[in-house]
Amino acid sequence: MSLAKPAMRGLLGKRLRFHLPIAFALSLVAAAAFKYGVTGPRKQAYADFYKQYDTTKEFNNMRDAGVFESVRTTGE
Amino acid sequence: MLATRALSLVGKRAISTSICVRGEHGVAKVDDYALPAYFDRRENPLPDVQFVTELSAVQKSLKEKEKGSWATLSNEEKIALYRISFKQSFAEMNEGTKEWKSVIAGMFFFIGMTGLVVLWQRKFVYGPVPPTFESEWKEKEVQRMLDMRINPVEGFSAKWDYENKEWKK
Repeated sequence: MSLAKPAMRGLLGKRLRFHLPIAFALSLVAAAAFKYGVTGPRKQAYADFYKQYDTTKEFNNMRDAGVFESVRTTGE
Repeated sequence: MLATRALSLVGKRAISTSICVRGEHGVAKVDDYALPAYFDRRENPLPDVQFVTELSAVQKSLKEKEKGSWATLSNEEKIALYRISFKQSFAEMNEGTKEWKSVIAGMFFFIGMTGLVVLWQRKFVYGPVPPTFESEWKEKEVQRMLDMRINPVEGFSAKWDYENKEWKK
């Protein structure tokens, strides 16, 4: 029974050469996925919301609901 | 006076661990734990002593044969020589036990016991919850949050349909 001599040197280098490119690629993928899946849609949602935002109307609605402390409801 | 007595005591013990004849005292007894020991350890692959200390006649002759050329040794003889020097091979000493089953069982048991303790506490130790948990209070709370337009872009109020006064489908 004569087995081949196992690798004695360069073990860390071999591991790094294999795993570092994969790690790099996966981190890039993660960053891209977050950018296009989370931050992009969120920015768009905020842009769309404020495109049709009527400040005065919302203010009057909130005031009638009675949530303000320094502005009285209309009709008082 | 006390110090010299203490020193002489230390001197006696130091000499007795290395077997030597000292005056009329004879050879001091050497305890087993003081001698080099054999143990199977992954991080210490070559222990200080062989595993088998008293060799049988067959093993003695094998050791003599080992002093010659190793090419003449058969595979069984090589394995026998290995087993003289070592108790377990690396594969044998590294294999896992079935201990994890007991560990998981113990974990579940203690989590269950903790659950029982928590249930008992809720019933017998803690007082009633605050009034803010009642349904009427919660309804008023939700209405006020919608009035204040909490998180109107992506969150709470974004899910409420203000025209039809109902939750968005």
